[in-house]
Amino acid sequence: MIDVAVIGCGIIGAAAAFELSKYQASVAVLEKENDIAMGETRANSAIIHAGYDPKPGTLMARFNVQGNAMTEQLCKDLDVPFARIGSFVLAFSEEETATVRTLYERGVENGVPGLQILDGDEVRKMDPEVSPEVVCALYAPSAGIITPWEYALALAETAVRNGVELHLSTKVTGITKIDGGYRIETTKGPFEARYVINAAGVYSDVIHDMVAPHAFTVLPNKGEYYVLDKSECGRARHVLFQCPNQDGKGVLITPTMDHNLLVGPNASSVSGPEKTGNTAEGMAFVREKAAKTMPSLTYRNAIRNFAGVRANTDKDEFQIAVAAEHFIDLAGIKSPGLSSAPAIALEAVRLLGTCGFRPEKKADPVLTRRKKRFRFMSEEERKQAVRENPLYGRVICRCETVTEGEIVDAIRSPIPPCSVDGIKRRAGSGMGRCQGGFCGPRVVDILARELGISPLSVLQDGAGSYILMSETKKEAQD
Amino acid sequence: MYDLIVIGGGPAGLAAANSAWQKGLRSILIVERDKEAGGILNQCIHNGFGLHRFKEELTGPEYAARFIDMLKETGVELMLDTMVLEITAGRQVHVISAKDGYQVLSAKSIVLCMGCRERTRGAIGIPGDRPAGVFTAGSAQRYLNLEGYMVGKRVVILGSGDIGLIMARRMTLEGAKVLACVELMPYSGGLMRNIVQCLNDWDIPLYLSHTITDIRAENGRVSHVTVHKLDENRQPIPGTNLEFDCDTVLLSVGLIPENELTRAAGIQMDPRTNGAVVYENMETSVPGIFACGNVVHVHDLVDYVSAESERAGAAAAEFVLKGQREGEALELKNGADVGYTVPQKIRAQAVEKAADVFFRVRRVFKNSVIEISDGEKVLASFRREHMAPGEMEHILLPRKILDQARGGQITVSAKEA
Amino acid sequence: MKELVCIVCPKGCRLHVDEENGFAVTGNSCPRGAEYGKNEIQNPTRVLTSTVRITGGAYPRCPVKTDRAVPKAKLMDIMKELNGVTLSSPVEIGQVVLRDAAGTGAGVVVTKAL
Repeated sequence: MIDVAVIGCGIIGAAAAFELSKYQASVAVLEKENDIAMGETRANSAIIHAGYDPKPGTLMARFNVQGNAMTEQLCKDLDVPFARIGSFVLAFSEEETATVRTLYERGVENGVPGLQILDGDEVRKMDPEVSPEVVCALYAPSAGIITPWEYALALAETAVRNGVELHLSTKVTGITKIDGGYRIETTKGPFEARYVINAAGVYSDVIHDMVAPHAFTVLPNKGEYYVLDKSECGRARHVLFQCPNQDGKGVLITPTMDHNLLVGPNASSVSGPEKTGNTAEGMAFVREKAAKTMPSLTYRNAIRNFAGVRANTDKDEFQIAVAAEHFIDLAGIKSPGLSSAPAIALEAVRLLGTCGFRPEKKADPVLTRRKKRFRFMSEEERKQAVRENPLYGRVICRCETVTEGEIVDAIRSPIPPCSVDGIKRRAGSGMGRCQGGFCGPRVVDILARELGISPLSVLQDGAGSYILMSETKKEAQD
Repeated sequence: MYDLIVIGGGPAGLAAANSAWQKGLRSILIVERDKEAGGILNQCIHNGFGLHRFKEELTGPEYAARFIDMLKETGVELMLDTMVLEITAGRQVHVISAKDGYQVLSAKSIVLCMGCRERTRGAIGIPGDRPAGVFTAGSAQRYLNLEGYMVGKRVVILGSGDIGLIMARRMTLEGAKVLACVELMPYSGGLMRNIVQCLNDWDIPLYLSHTITDIRAENGRVSHVTVHKLDENRQPIPGTNLEFDCDTVLLSVGLIPENELTRAAGIQMDPRTNGAVVYENMETSVPGIFACGNVVHVHDLVDYVSAESERAGAAAAEFVLKGQREGEALELKNGADVGYTVPQKIRAQAVEKAADVFFRVRRVFKNSVIEISDGEKVLASFRREHMAPGEMEHILLPRKILDQARGGQITVSAKEA
Repeated sequence: MKELVCIVCPKGCRLHVDEENGFAVTGNSCPRGAEYGKNEIQNPTRVLTSTVRITGGAYPRCPVKTDRAVPKAKLMDIMKELNGVTLSSPVEIGQVVLRDAAGTGAGVVVTKAL
């Protein structure tokens, strides 16, 4: 029997695993997909929110502000791309000016540092393409942008290096109480654990209901996005929000850590957590709303659309609690979940303590991570990298300047990817304007070679996503 | 210090280097990112290349081999498996390879021959799920022709560009069922010959004024595609949906010149072509840096790429051996129903007999006339029986016409005769 | 009467070929169009391009073509015969990989040195 089983390896499961990996405890993470961060974590606005939005006194307010403060050092330690670029909430009318004032007061009460209300001209001085219709804005200098899947990977990889077991393609199908803990049935066989942490995202209500009386229902809510080419990145220098409404924080425009421009999301309720398709209506809605923030915005240089499903619930609050004996919910984590993740992980350890689990800290856990990124290296560093490993001299992804060395490093990393998109999330290949048109076949080759499998077995992404169907000239073999 | 560094060893680069050698340069380097020269021709195994250039029908690899063989007779150096990371306006070229590491090379002249890339799903925003099984036609072609893999069994093709049409036939020959070719515009962007031999021959329906409005997935792979007819504003007409059970979508929705290096070097770009602004000799706004082929504007036929690139190579040689061309430049403007012109600038003084001008019209024309004017009066006109956006037009503007232009500009327009 | 599109030049004339009247062609705007229409109805032919297996080359497939146009109806038969061909590197352009493909009299030749 292990000490703790974490169900789900999105940002919350990864953060919890990382925090637990600092202790002398046996921990296993069970993830139903073939890679980590495959749900909400990889398809969101990639923002570390300042924390003026949640109502004072809520867990969302507390963990958001606390998580935001923790993110910077954590990202430095784990080599995760993060930048505190600040955010604006733009007001276009007197009514919205009142909203901005409310948010300011809320933010002050929540303990958000540095908030200011700026008039339209001051905003446009700082972000020149913002609409002339903007009359004022809430400026939150502590808001930041991050690469969310890399954040989760960094946490989970470090946890694995500290001895946490990660089980991919392991879907939990049932949980039963046994003496001293739980028996967890999965598609890869049973696990027994003294404590269970439910970090199952959009499925967190299903997992909760396996153990405890029904307490909340996930209401999956989809948000659609545009990613624009690097040529458009400079259009926004801060995260540009509109005033929030009942559907969420509204359509935003923001640069990303990969120097793209991200535009979205809308909000529409969907029938199931897997309904992540884009729709013509959703995309049109995003374009229309974004035009209000930035009339000059065009989509000629769009490179990708995506959509993610939020784990909204029927409760306007994170569901974080001891839900049953030795069973902790980190559930219903919607926005600002990404921002709150490190604080939620601390809370998980505290809640385990209230259940009687207080392991000793490890003497010398791994708390740092370093990663080579050719595209951000200086000329000297590049020369050095290729001298050390000639594979750093072969550029595979032209758009993002990703080398074979980085791709092979990714394949040999603590959580080895099995798909082209898994490589993309780790090395950045295929993220750019040609969307893998050039590097895709080359990455398939490298994956097949390094894993010793046929290219026919290489996946694009999740289970079943085969790229190639068959060999040609088949009859010659038969 | 090289006399000339050619960036890219595809058809443009091969022709430019060869021509510069013929014109007397003796220290020429081609830098190519792939493991062999020839570029995209290596995967274009179909025939139809070389009719203009060699007066015979060659396949892509055969066409490339003709130029590679010519180069073997010269002292041009070919650096393979090497990526150019940066070009500076001072004509330094930063390259990297697994074999030789990071090097900074200098040149008296540079010819940019990086070619183009395919437009993707993300660029055109097709709604629906985002599963495996959506490929650009060129990626599928590489898998099929070079690596020997089929990307699918039941295929819908979006876009009737030539690569998509060629792939419709190739996939069919290899045993796939191509269910439809779907084209947004009321006319095909491909050559008539390819419509007949790649679609009609195999009873593959071509749906003009239609587009894919939804892609659905099952278990991570494409399972279903919805196609709608479009109204005159290119909006889907409700109730006109066609449903296809398929495992693959191929996209042949346009090509984009690959100009990241060009932009980073501070070379002036033309938003109409997505390529560099060039003079009559294919020189860019940076003296001594030339560009040719699909990196300047997307061509229909490789034969035209070779011809243009030979002019660029010769001009690079002239620059190195005789110095820069002098003279005031006329601006070429696109007038009615003309999308762009290449070149965008002509130094009339430097034109010996006539200047080549290439352009595309914006719609289909029958019995039409291309008109050249300087804004005040018509300087010349050229008759055409047929013009279409899918076919690049070419005219030769004689020096004496150029000399007549007043006001420093010339407008090229198209209209019914 | 059969209708087809002429592919001799980009104009794309709509040709009408009268099979019962000596394959007389109308709708053409040049003599080359008339000839194309006649041949296309009586005996349509195509050059086939494809690949065959190759071992020891830079790639696992080698491109090939028929050395002349072959009857359209025979294309799939030739494809089947090509499934049985495996080359070993090196090969040169023009090297014959199949003689009298599917009884057409045409050879199939290599189009890339590998």
